[in-house]
Amino acid sequence: MLTLTSPIETWLHRVPAGVKLAGLALATLVIVPMTNLYWIAVAAGLVTALYLTQGAAFARTGARRLWPLWPVLAVLAVWHVVTGDLMAGVGIALRMLTAIALANLVTMTTRLDDLIAVVERAARPLARIGLSPRTLAVAIALVIRFTPVLLLRAGQLMEAWRARSPRRPGWQVVVPLTLTALDDAERVAEALRARGGL
Amino acid sequence: MERNVTLIALFAALIAVLGLVPKIDLVSGVPITAQSLGVMLCGTVLGARRGALAVLLFVFLVALGLPLLAGGRGGLGVFAGPSVGYIIGFPFAAFVAGWVTEQWRSGVGLPAFAGAILGGIVVLYAFGIPGMALVLGKSLPEAMLLAAPFLAGDIIKAGLAGLITSGIAKVRPGVVLSRG
Repeated sequence: MLTLTSPIETWLHRVPAGVKLAGLALATLVIVPMTNLYWIAVAAGLVTALYLTQGAAFARTGARRLWPLWPVLAVLAVWHVVTGDLMAGVGIALRMLTAIALANLVTMTTRLDDLIAVVERAARPLARIGLSPRTLAVAIALVIRFTPVLLLRAGQLMEAWRARSPRRPGWQVVVPLTLTALDDAERVAEALRARGGL
Repeated sequence: MERNVTLIALFAALIAVLGLVPKIDLVSGVPITAQSLGVMLCGTVLGARRGALAVLLFVFLVALGLPLLAGGRGGLGVFAGPSVGYIIGFPFAAFVAGWVTEQWRSGVGLPAFAGAILGGIVVLYAFGIPGMALVLGKSLPEAMLLAAPFLAGDIIKAGLAGLITSGIAKVRPGVVLSRG
């Protein structure tokens, strides 16, 4: 399955994942309470500049990742036109876009295995309450493997529906889909046990 | 142990699939995302603890950057967006949905419906609305107004969660773990 990591290698890819995550946490703490439009614009400018240092194609992909937010921006626009304080709305929208763009930047420049390594390190103390890093790693791998499997199964169920009905597939397909997940879980558990268990 | 891990993982995948599958008509003619239906089902089918862990795993993988949210979204940016409260509230919603289904021991469909309403709507909105208020710079009542249009869809999803859970219990009694 595809991740959201950008295939375009940039200098930010080489910065350790832990450093990027810490930087993001710090920057988000600074950005979220901002109310002064001037400072928000400065932050937005810095994030835009950061994107541009990654190259034009990378920056374009980054901009496209913000596109799904347009309904939220539309609601904000209508709201602030009605209440009459358009500048406040611009500030809020820009602040939100800046925080999201910065977080997306970390996601786009950090490979999944690097992040999982950080997680495993961070989860080590949890071993004392019974969650071994290995169990967590197996669970993550299972989700990554079985999401496309279940997606395929959902597609087959919907095809079978269309073969029998002129109407579009309805909620009823969720029943066999959920059963599939339950049954597969039993079988995978058996397979894991047969290989020595967790 | 193995069974718990695989159930949690497979249901985390199920939430993702329900968000990614494009064209299920929840109400005739109105395709809406079934992702929060998946969250409700985790609770009502797997029970409180396992359900909450399945949803937690899902949220965690979204944070790691897998495009598992409805519309293929994911990554840390989601946690800076207006739906941050809902996403953080997901595991709590599943827990409450499962807890209600576990405690209410008559039938399956009605308890699951009640659980889905309490967890998937009351608890989820209690997280989602403050999150929206924070990100969009609105007061709580204003954020409530913004959340209101989703209420009807979520009530329908809670009804479906009840129907689906009782459907599964009928086909395969004993497999609905919130009844275990």
